[in-house]
Amino acid sequence: MEPVKTTLPAYPEKATLEGRNKVIGFWLFLGGEVVLFGSLFATFIALRQAFHTGPTGEELFDLRLIALATGILLTSSMTSVMAIVGMHRNDVKSLRTWMSVTIFLGLCFLGLEIYEFTHYTSMGHKMSSSPFGSAFYTLVGTHGAHVIGGVIWMILLVARLPKTGLTVVTAPKFYLASLYWHFVDLIWVFVFTVVYLMGKVG
Amino acid sequence: MYLLAGGFFFLLGGLEALLIRIQLMYPDLDIFVGGTFNQLLTMHGTTMIFFAAMPIIFALLNAIVPLQIGARDVAFPFINALGLWLFFLGGVILNASWFLGAGAPEAGWTAYAPLSTPAFSHMGVDFYVLGLQVAGIGTWLGGINFLVTIINMRAPGLTFMRLPMFTWTAFVTSALVLFAFPAITVNLILLMFDRLFGGAFFNADMGGNVVIWQHLFWIFGHPEVYILILPAFGIVSDVISTFSKKRLFGHSAMVFATVLIGFLGFMVWAHHMFTVGMGPIANSLFALATMLIAVPTGIKIFNWLFTMWGGQVRINTASLWSIGFIPTFLIGGMTGVMLGVAPADFQYQDTYFVIAHFHYTIVGGMVFGLFSGMYYWWPKMFGKMLNEKLGKWNFWTFFIGFNLTFFPQHFLGLMGMPRRVFTFLPNAGLEMGNFVSTIGAFGMTLSILIFLLNIVITNRSEQTVPADPWDGRTLEWTIPSPAPEYNFAQTPLVRGLDALWVEKMEGNGQISYAEPLGRIHMPSPSVLPFLMAIGLTFAAFGFIYHTWFVAATGLIFTFVLMSIRSVKDDPGYYIEVEDIDEGVKV
Repeated sequence: MEPVKTTLPAYPEKATLEGRNKVIGFWLFLGGEVVLFGSLFATFIALRQAFHTGPTGEELFDLRLIALATGILLTSSMTSVMAIVGMHRNDVKSLRTWMSVTIFLGLCFLGLEIYEFTHYTSMGHKMSSSPFGSAFYTLVGTHGAHVIGGVIWMILLVARLPKTGLTVVTAPKFYLASLYWHFVDLIWVFVFTVVYLMGKVG
Repeated sequence: MYLLAGGFFFLLGGLEALLIRIQLMYPDLDIFVGGTFNQLLTMHGTTMIFFAAMPIIFALLNAIVPLQIGARDVAFPFINALGLWLFFLGGVILNASWFLGAGAPEAGWTAYAPLSTPAFSHMGVDFYVLGLQVAGIGTWLGGINFLVTIINMRAPGLTFMRLPMFTWTAFVTSALVLFAFPAITVNLILLMFDRLFGGAFFNADMGGNVVIWQHLFWIFGHPEVYILILPAFGIVSDVISTFSKKRLFGHSAMVFATVLIGFLGFMVWAHHMFTVGMGPIANSLFALATMLIAVPTGIKIFNWLFTMWGGQVRINTASLWSIGFIPTFLIGGMTGVMLGVAPADFQYQDTYFVIAHFHYTIVGGMVFGLFSGMYYWWPKMFGKMLNEKLGKWNFWTFFIGFNLTFFPQHFLGLMGMPRRVFTFLPNAGLEMGNFVSTIGAFGMTLSILIFLLNIVITNRSEQTVPADPWDGRTLEWTIPSPAPEYNFAQTPLVRGLDALWVEKMEGNGQISYAEPLGRIHMPSPSVLPFLMAIGLTFAAFGFIYHTWFVAATGLIFTFVLMSIRSVKDDPGYYIEVEDIDEGVKV
């Protein structure tokens, strides 16, 4: 059942004090996440040549697969923007559709990553095989865990949308989920560069 | 709650310290030797920093920051409760190690790899890793909460440059928490993977790098010491200004000094690593940055002195602690500059000189500041005044005991006594200093007992306290003592620095309000934060004992609760106008 169209303020996510608190709090949360990933990247860079007896990045990585995953994830960033544009027009249907597309793309990315990890472990690239292996799975895995978290969050929000409708209470949640998704995508750009490109070329 | 739990852990850490000092009272004693001594000193350091100092600071931030900015509550009450339970259960996990047959962690509070890797330590370190992880998440959430509260919920007219100093330091401290804690989170994850899943981060045989631990630890750890000391600076500023009956000298300079200290706090972590072998260039840069911190800190010291100069200084327990703070912290700061000289540091490295230095800053600085704050705000928090007579005994026994304990340690260090060892030989010239030091530790113990007695006596007394017992200057003194659950019946209107003092000078008798009296919206109480923290605690024990089923159940339980929280909205409830206490006349 489609909820009745009500008049929403122009920026519903920032219309209430609670909403504004959430938005600022979430930006700060992301600030902390930057340090988290920064530390992981620093660790990875320090250990990226420590292959021990395990396989090297050059032997492992297939850039075609990674390029596909990157394309999927960056596209999903755009679709989540479309969802928020829809929300600002108070268009619940557009919000739901584009959010669902974003979720779908997120799941595709996860599928590729699971395939990638199982493929690597079969080639002898494990957490315990070398410091490079430990650092690789910790960094890329932490990013993957963030993707899973984002997908579950968006699924919950979209599933509840018919019941809750779009209000000044729910709008901040969609806005933040979209913000989070952009952040996760942004981190992937660095993963792509530092882990895969530098591992293959550098 | 924070105060109670933090106080409990403080006593625990203090007891561990006393046992350490008893062992070192005479040469060649064998009461606590070897592994037991290592466990004691590891737990003393870890408990004091993470589970005593942090929560007591958070207790004051929670109680006072909303009052000083004219807010009804913090921005996220739910997250506040979650943070509290995570911190508390983290402490429980850590201390459970004493009782579960595993033995407490023993790798030092810094848990340097490879000492903390499975090759060189037993299960105790698992409790360290997971206890700190759970508590760290809680602290980090608390930091975000205070930042948002201060940014978004200030009363009308309360611009940033009009914020009381304590709130300013709370703001910078929270920013440090936000950016420092993720570094240790990552570090603990790396160590956990090494210990539980066969990771090779710190396994030098395979090409791992143990210095990563030190870098990440101090990228967190150095800002952490400013997280501890900045709120003390804020308390001292507020207390000295109130009891000198003058506005704080150079308020804006103090603000810039605070921000600068916060910033430089992140630039100097490697001064803990001069002897690691980073090379002369890196050592010089970090030495330079370290010594720069003396500049804003010096500005602060002079501003406190200038505030008292020409003021009508009232001496009571609260102001005694603040005034005692100045020389003791100054000594700690000066030895800090000495340690910042990289070549000289090779000499001081790992001796009692370092111990003396950081106890002069953390005890002589932070603990003095916290005591000052407790005597100052006790009436606002609990509606009763702590006994002044016992308070002065409390101060003097602590002041004397503290200096007896730690002043000789400077010389012990210069004479070559290394830290972290459980005994020393007779006739090495170290007997006198160690003996005096242990006597001092008993002095501080006596002082803490007096403080506990004071709390009990105060709690029993029937006295009531006016809203403004100290002739205060800031917003927290405009509301009844103890503060009602909604803090401010009406949001105040701020018209200058030291908002209440401005109104007093104009003879208004009370603060003006920004809104008419109306019903007040309150959040509903919720059991979810507690359950979430329980879930994570279960998961932590699952990891410690390698029972993945328990770990997974705990994590899933927490995530399900998070999902429930994220889709369910809290409508809260209202306090009606007739139930609200009208504003107070001061």
